[in-house]
Amino acid sequence: MIYTAIVFLPLLGALIAGLFGRIIGPRPAELVTTGFMLLAAVLSWVVFVQVGFQHTTAKVQLMRWITSGDLEVSWSLRIDTLTAVMLVVVNTVSSLVHLYSIGYMEEDPHRQRFFAYLSLFTFAMLMLVTADNLLQMFFGWEGVGLASYLLIGFWYKKPSANAAAIKAFVVNRVGDFGFALGIFGLFAVFKTIQLDAVFAAAPGAAGKTFLFLGYDVDIMTTLCLLLFMGAMGKSAQFLLHTWLPDAMEGPTPVSALIHAATMVTAGVFMVARLSPLFELAPQALQVVTFVGAITAFFAATVGLVQNDIKRVIAYSTCSQLGYMFVACGVGAYSAGIFHLFTHAFFKALLFLGAGSVIHAMHHEQDMRRMGGLASKIRITWAMMLIGTLALTGVGIPHFYGFAGFHSKDAIIEAAYAAHTPNNYAFWLLVIAAFMTSFYSWRLMFMTFHGPARWAHVHDDHAHHDHKDDDHGHGAHEPHESPPVMLIPLAILALGAMLAGGVFTNAFIGVGHHGSADPYKAFWGAAIFEGRDNHILHAMHDIPGWVGFVPCIAMLAGLALAYLYYILAPWLPAATAKAFKPLYLFLLNKWYVDELYDFLFVRPSLWIGRALWKGGDGAVIDGAIDGTAGGVINMTNRVVKFQTGYVYTYAFWMLTGVAAIITWVMLNGGGAR
Amino acid sequence: MIGNGYLLSLVTFLPLVGAALIAVQNGKALGNIRLIALYTTIITFALSLAIWWNFDKGTAAFQFVEDVAWLGPLRYKMGVDGISMLFVILTTFLMPLCILAAWESVETRVKEYMIAFLILETLMIGVFCALDLVLFYLFFEAGLIPMFIIIGVWGGKRRVYASFKFFLYTLLGSVLMLLAIMAMYWKAGSTDIPTLMAFKFPKDMQWWLWLAFFASFAVKMPMWPVHTWLPDAHVEAPTGGSVILAAILLKMGGYGFLRFSLPMFPLASQELAPLIFAMSVVAIIYTSLVALAQEDVKKLIAYSSVAHMGFVTMGIFTFNAQGIDGAIFQMLSHGLVSAALFLCVGIVYDRMHTREIAAYGGLVHRMPIYAVCFMVFTMANVGLPGTSGFVGEFLTLLGAFRANTWVAFLATTGVILSAAYALYLYRRMIFGELEKPSLMGIKDMNIREMVVMAPLVILTIGFGFYPAPILDVTAVSVKKLVTGYEAAIKTAALAVK
Repeated sequence: MIYTAIVFLPLLGALIAGLFGRIIGPRPAELVTTGFMLLAAVLSWVVFVQVGFQHTTAKVQLMRWITSGDLEVSWSLRIDTLTAVMLVVVNTVSSLVHLYSIGYMEEDPHRQRFFAYLSLFTFAMLMLVTADNLLQMFFGWEGVGLASYLLIGFWYKKPSANAAAIKAFVVNRVGDFGFALGIFGLFAVFKTIQLDAVFAAAPGAAGKTFLFLGYDVDIMTTLCLLLFMGAMGKSAQFLLHTWLPDAMEGPTPVSALIHAATMVTAGVFMVARLSPLFELAPQALQVVTFVGAITAFFAATVGLVQNDIKRVIAYSTCSQLGYMFVACGVGAYSAGIFHLFTHAFFKALLFLGAGSVIHAMHHEQDMRRMGGLASKIRITWAMMLIGTLALTGVGIPHFYGFAGFHSKDAIIEAAYAAHTPNNYAFWLLVIAAFMTSFYSWRLMFMTFHGPARWAHVHDDHAHHDHKDDDHGHGAHEPHESPPVMLIPLAILALGAMLAGGVFTNAFIGVGHHGSADPYKAFWGAAIFEGRDNHILHAMHDIPGWVGFVPCIAMLAGLALAYLYYILAPWLPAATAKAFKPLYLFLLNKWYVDELYDFLFVRPSLWIGRALWKGGDGAVIDGAIDGTAGGVINMTNRVVKFQTGYVYTYAFWMLTGVAAIITWVMLNGGGAR
Repeated sequence: MIGNGYLLSLVTFLPLVGAALIAVQNGKALGNIRLIALYTTIITFALSLAIWWNFDKGTAAFQFVEDVAWLGPLRYKMGVDGISMLFVILTTFLMPLCILAAWESVETRVKEYMIAFLILETLMIGVFCALDLVLFYLFFEAGLIPMFIIIGVWGGKRRVYASFKFFLYTLLGSVLMLLAIMAMYWKAGSTDIPTLMAFKFPKDMQWWLWLAFFASFAVKMPMWPVHTWLPDAHVEAPTGGSVILAAILLKMGGYGFLRFSLPMFPLASQELAPLIFAMSVVAIIYTSLVALAQEDVKKLIAYSSVAHMGFVTMGIFTFNAQGIDGAIFQMLSHGLVSAALFLCVGIVYDRMHTREIAAYGGLVHRMPIYAVCFMVFTMANVGLPGTSGFVGEFLTLLGAFRANTWVAFLATTGVILSAAYALYLYRRMIFGELEKPSLMGIKDMNIREMVVMAPLVILTIGFGFYPAPILDVTAVSVKKLVTGYEAAIKTAALAVK
């Protein structure tokens, strides 16, 4: 079966590379995993066409999983358009990242393990997107968390990588805490966690209440909010975002695959998958919109001032995920998934491009030590340029553009059409779009343009005058990456240019003058819209100027970045100095990490210690030792264990048994 | 099938025969002694598999029943149902692994060590098979004696303190349980467990009996706040002792709640469930936080065990199928995972002779296979889906949510805390640079150690993906337990009206 093959080829690859990697050696392990992934990717596109355009949905039962009382959960695959879109995204990006990693990880002695982890991740992600019940989704959900943990901490010698890995896992568990409670709640209410059965029963629970934590609360709102908590963790939304920037400690291909294109979008996928539930919980949707808008804005502000090239892109990812949640929150699930789809291409492109830069710079990630690289690594520069154009949404309003232009602008329009209070969502997204443009071009200018600042960083070349940069640095000369890394970049660049325009009609196209909506045909039953949800139509009835606003914001961001980093390079430092508190606030990421450290991390350790020494030690053991103190002293005097209390114990026990037996015999079973 | 009628007794007492065989060996014939112990436990395991193979999953009745007159009205009665069946298998399965684990690490008094373990095996199997209260009590209490000896003779520096503390804790519970057993006989006129399960004790009497049994089981589990003997006992016990303690002895409390408290005292169980819930939730959060602060590997795993047992007690007293199935599954899974974790500690302890976490670090550089095993069990301990640890945790929490959302809410925070302490431990021991000079020459697992670990790895992952072999065995018995409980509650409610 084609579906089973798509899901289990990566697992097979992971097992071969993981279990036999030492025996077969690194290169075969790379080739097997990459080959299987490429095959899975091709099959995914076949399925995508079959399901999306020929409307053949399917369900595959694999095996029983958990049966207990009235709970029945099985391993099964659910194939509909939403799944098919995710299959394409996951397997395309994953196979390209595998390919790229052959070059990027060339010198790493543990490549087999790396490829095994990558394939294992892909398998878990595929189980997540094909889940037909919430528990299998949770399996995939935590499975990708495991793979993410392993890959962030791949370079296990680095303390910072280990810390980041644990942080990612634990913060995600905070989200999963909500997800798990949501699943329990769904089962408690509907007696099933199979998707179709829940969807069928959910309308009956709309508007009804149940007792949760002592309060009588609306069923659907509560359950959706609990589930959304999981989405916030996995998709790094504001307050549960802190793990994502730290996750950049992992190798760059990992950041591209897991922390940009696929895993972090799982939250958006979840909300879209559960659209039949969220549509019944308008208040929960308002929260989704709010969280998404705040995240889009927050992450963009932090992205403005970061100096690590990967962290800039990480905050950008966080921000773009916020866009997707806004789309879902206002009911435009298809627009959210559309942006997920296009974003996967251009964000993976940007990350892999950044990886190519880092590769060229011998593992330098600080943009302050880059500059002037455009002429050194022309292809990488061109690829990054395409990625930037796609991310910032370059295009001609109401006509055609790079991928982000179609999907991001659609979200901004949906936000306008949704008429949130004071249009806050719309304006926050527009401001975020301006900042996105600024930090993206800042990244481009700092990395590739202006004077080269990388000559100074290598101590052994400190004696060189930096005018000599262009010649004679031997091994330290920035070098272009090998073709095995550039080909994936080129394919993703193609996606970044075309994915928007080609698929707009299918993903979010509406029919004109009463004709059928293409988007409805495409999605089929995979995405549910309530009867009053006309957001995709409303998007087309907004004032004409709204369509130009994102474009203006984008251009303004570009202009300002050009001014700051090309025309007047002294301006950033001057601005930082003039607005020092604000600058520090942003540089330190709104101090959220410090706040959590103060609120949760340290108190946990402190309380743990206090309970151990105080509770267990002083209070409980104090009481035990106190009452038994005399006895202990006595036994200590007897010293020899063999003559000690074992016999005492045995004596008492046997006395007891003897007592019972006597008692029973005397009674002679008389009471019967 | 011949011998079907005596199969349970055969499995129970075969280890005793092995112990007798060892007893007549020359104490210096270490090879013989070890081999006899190993073969005995392997044959016992094989026979227990035969029981499992012939076990009828379709009935909740006791199977393989043996009923022989013994002393006056007391009978020697044995039998297994869906609840006890798998604990027998768990015991017989872990025993050969414990013998193998002690192969080289126990060098003093090998003969006595093996004898103690084999006697212990007989007594533990007996606990799960006994269908007579007095017989149960005998096995239950006598089982502690070899455990005291194992800790006290082959234990660490503070072994006398540890085993004495263990002894003091259990003594009180034992005395109360003994009194309760006498009272039950006085009232019902029988010590036959199936008879007592059908007997309806008056409500106020149920309270006292419940509390008396609770005193004993709570210490065994152990539940907060009577858990402080466990970390000390684990720290001092030799590896095999820790494995049996965590994997089997702790389960006797949970088994006792399921076999006695729930079916025999349903009304008291219902009214005292909030007490259990409170103690369970405190155990989960409190001991997880304490685990976070530990500097000794064994103590950390011991505290983690207390937290995991919190899920078990919580699940049992939800009185629904998911909660109880989950509790049983959690006990079996914890039997595998905690055993494996203590074996993992034993492997590095044998090499370094320290349990201090700070003495390790960067082990992955020298011990990659060990690092993989440790990772699998760490993840199972954390309850990652796809490992056996998840199924039990999920089902108990699901059951708890149906019983009381506050309990489920608070207990679910345990999944965050467990991730924190388990991964923090892993990081400190396995990851990082290999800096300590003493670790530079440390060797990875040898073949014997891999043989011990392999089945545990396979089962931990296997049951995570396909838990049906366990859940199918327990299903009917658990259903009977739940319906019996519900019927008792309903009858009592009608009587009040």
